[in-house]
Amino acid sequence: MGMIIQGATGDWEVVIGLEVHAQVSSNAKLFSGSATEYGADQNTQVSFVDAAMPGMLPVINEMAVEQAVRTGLGLKAQINKYSVFDRKNYFYADLPQGYQISQFLQPIVGEGTMTIELKDGETREIGITRLHLEQDAGKSIHDQHPSMTLVDLNRSGVALMEIVSEPDLRSPEEAAAYVKKLRSIVRYLGTCDGNMDEGSMRADVNVSVRKFGDELGTRCEMKNLNSMRFIQQAIVYEANRQVDILEEGGEIKQETRLYDSVKGETRSMRSKEEAHDYRYFPDPDLLPLQFDDAYIEKIRAELPELPDEKKARFVNELKISDYDAGVLVAEKEVADFFEDVAKGRDAKLSANWVIGDFFGNLKRTGNTLSNTPVSAASLGALIDLVKDGTISNRTAKEVLEEMFDTGKEAAVIVDEKGLKQVSDTGAIEAAIDTIIAANQDKVEQYRGGKDKLLGFFVGQVMKATGGKANPGVVNQLLKPKLDG
Amino acid sequence: MSDLTKLKIAEARDGLKDGKFSSRELVAAHLTAMDSARGMNAYITETLDKAVDGATQSDDRRAKGDVGKLEGIPLAIKDLFCTKGVLTTAASHILDGFKPQYESTVTTNLWNEGAVMLGKVNLDEFAMGSSNETSYYGNVVNPWRRTTDDQPLVPGGSSGGSASAVASNIAMGATGTDTGGSIRQPAAFAGIVGMKPTYGRCSRWGVVAFASSLDQAGPMTRSVQDSAIMLEAMCGFDPKDSTSVDMAVPNFEAALTGDIRGLKVGIPKEYRLDGISAEISNLWEKGIEWLKNAGAEIVDISLPHTKYALPAYYIIAPAEASSNLARYDGVRFGLRVEGVDLDDMYSKTRGEGFGEEVKRRLLIGTYALSAGYYDAYYLKAQKVRARIADDFKEAYKSVDVILTPTTPSAAFAFGEKGDDPLEMYLNDVFTVPASLAGLPGISVPAGLSADGLPLGLQILGRPFDEETVLRAAGVLEQAAEFTATPTAWWRG
Repeated sequence: MGMIIQGATGDWEVVIGLEVHAQVSSNAKLFSGSATEYGADQNTQVSFVDAAMPGMLPVINEMAVEQAVRTGLGLKAQINKYSVFDRKNYFYADLPQGYQISQFLQPIVGEGTMTIELKDGETREIGITRLHLEQDAGKSIHDQHPSMTLVDLNRSGVALMEIVSEPDLRSPEEAAAYVKKLRSIVRYLGTCDGNMDEGSMRADVNVSVRKFGDELGTRCEMKNLNSMRFIQQAIVYEANRQVDILEEGGEIKQETRLYDSVKGETRSMRSKEEAHDYRYFPDPDLLPLQFDDAYIEKIRAELPELPDEKKARFVNELKISDYDAGVLVAEKEVADFFEDVAKGRDAKLSANWVIGDFFGNLKRTGNTLSNTPVSAASLGALIDLVKDGTISNRTAKEVLEEMFDTGKEAAVIVDEKGLKQVSDTGAIEAAIDTIIAANQDKVEQYRGGKDKLLGFFVGQVMKATGGKANPGVVNQLLKPKLDG
Repeated sequence: MSDLTKLKIAEARDGLKDGKFSSRELVAAHLTAMDSARGMNAYITETLDKAVDGATQSDDRRAKGDVGKLEGIPLAIKDLFCTKGVLTTAASHILDGFKPQYESTVTTNLWNEGAVMLGKVNLDEFAMGSSNETSYYGNVVNPWRRTTDDQPLVPGGSSGGSASAVASNIAMGATGTDTGGSIRQPAAFAGIVGMKPTYGRCSRWGVVAFASSLDQAGPMTRSVQDSAIMLEAMCGFDPKDSTSVDMAVPNFEAALTGDIRGLKVGIPKEYRLDGISAEISNLWEKGIEWLKNAGAEIVDISLPHTKYALPAYYIIAPAEASSNLARYDGVRFGLRVEGVDLDDMYSKTRGEGFGEEVKRRLLIGTYALSAGYYDAYYLKAQKVRARIADDFKEAYKSVDVILTPTTPSAAFAFGEKGDDPLEMYLNDVFTVPASLAGLPGISVPAGLSADGLPLGLQILGRPFDEETVLRAAGVLEQAAEFTATPTAWWRG
């Protein structure tokens, strides 16, 4: 559902395109062997190449190329067998070369598509314009010295994939769904860890507004947004700002704007006139990237099952509801966890447990899947105890809580607490007989047509057995006795 | 003992081998000669201790039977090559105090073959120039003087310090770099041999970049044989340079058979420029005669796009330089002139740090790459470059090498061409086309001008066919019998 801004002059449509910068998962930088680990001490992961010392030359990291091709295939995009690295020239203190090595006219990946899913279950195809490889810059730190700016070059030269969408998005929710889906795909592929809070994934957001049916309006770009929330807030603010200007008869100036997440507003950074002339030209230090079909096909053959395919399989083969399947496949770790649980078990039952009580307990205990105290095998064992009648569904919920709190296995808790449900017909029959004998009046009423009293008798039997009687067995034995 | 500094590398190699002298003695003789030749301003940094230590270690290695291709031979290194722990300036103020923590691949290769460094030699700032007048460290003077006057002459450029040092016997050989003629032109002006190998033959790693698609290191020596020996030690595949070519290094010295019978030598008609001096065309005719007498077949060829080479070069080289030199920004190394903010620091640092010629080329290059001009200048120049390469490819279908003059004139006096950059750029008219095509070329001293200055002839070859180039050059050298040497005025 697109976002509509109701103005005095009519309804406005919001048009959004995203440029997502995704850090390539790789042990080395794009053109040097330096480490890329997050959070290392300042300037400890900097080679002579990264610091652009005189005479240093870039050498392409083949792993980064492979990751870009893999991502392109994951986005069902055209892989360009010939691509070129260009220099994007501009001066900044944290850009040691005085240029960024990027790809301009001939990127490694061309057009592709991605399906996004919205809350109401609706899906939309979003066009991918291109994906190219480029170097990250270093980091300028302005607040640690009264008059100087400090520079950390650890990020300098780190490989980024810039993934550009078509202006196909129509609301903040769609933009967020796009980023979420993209993150899901790159995580499945293992080509980017998708950690937005560590800067591994950030987005430049282009926003324009227009009356429905009109040509595209003039856009403004907001740079370096590093959370889903900021992306959405920035779009809402910016779209409304543009509508206000247009409704007052003003014009939108094409410019780069900064989103201030503290004040929740966007501010002009530089206008089109002030924009850099990057003087792109092919980097003479690097040869064009060239590969053949065999190279691409080899990578294609190794692609993992991606979320869309996985979801289809869950729905078609495991008979899981569309909604549940969507929840399970969104994160690869969740899907993997679920598949471990469901292996050799009832898939639907497993899905219910994972999505329901398991996630509930994770949240309750402040854990995430990566550090869950209850493993897939343990959860599976618990489900088995339900399935074979050892414990009731209700007891199982309590056992799972206990598992989260103590880290003990389900069977141990059931044993220790004596929670094993009684399926011994003799013991249950004895309890039924006692209860029938003590409640003859109710038996008469039941036999007189008050069927609802069945629940009362079941409850009494459960109470007498301390809740451990197998409800199925109770029902099975109770009915004939009541019926006489 | 006779003057050891007059020996050629091949001769010194034999002397060292036969135990006639040690590397220490050889190096000491050079250090003494350097001491008395300071007036030439060939060296920016003399590395005395390194030279003595290097010679001592070389003698020790030799005693153990460990002998490299250049064992114990003292060399000068153009100050564009990064040398670990030794001031590296590119003859620019902007690299003040810069001591690299790394050693260029080419110099590493030389040290691995036993060579000994005497010091870092002067050049045009960032290798931009044809007269060595743009160095922050002052002009280098050509050891040669006209017989008609005492005016100091330019040594050519940009490898002017290398040329002067080798010609005046204060180094047995020197590294040079050639972007549009920076090895061959000064070699011709100083009466020595200078070779630019095929682009990709020598690693550019650790060489301060001027124009990445053109820069190529090469040897400057007093004989073709010495160049063959030195080139073999310098070159080789380097995975750290993506444009370095993964090919085996031939035995270049073995290519000097002296036999060029049946070799097809192309004479390009477009190199017969209007206004070329009779001296130069006569020398060229002589060269043709010498090669013909040695059994070569002379073939007239056409390189139709030659006249566009110089303009294309003066777009491409400055364009690349404008980007390559962006890293000299005062942030991490070299000169920094403080400013009120970052932009102010940049403009003050670069304003003071770069000389006029460097600034001129950075402006030209920045302009050529600017939005709206890129297609008309840079892209067009690249198309011209491709045509020039095609011209050579076509020519090499019918010939093995090409013979041309190296320069349109002999060395000139300081200031003679300083006012008009275009006139200065014309110095490279014969050397630039092969640079654009990435081809190997060598300049061999072939005669003297009427006023007693050396003149060079150039032989160009097919890509990676340095062997044939060297063989033809060897024959030319033998025929020319160039034995003239400059008078050692600098000792007085």
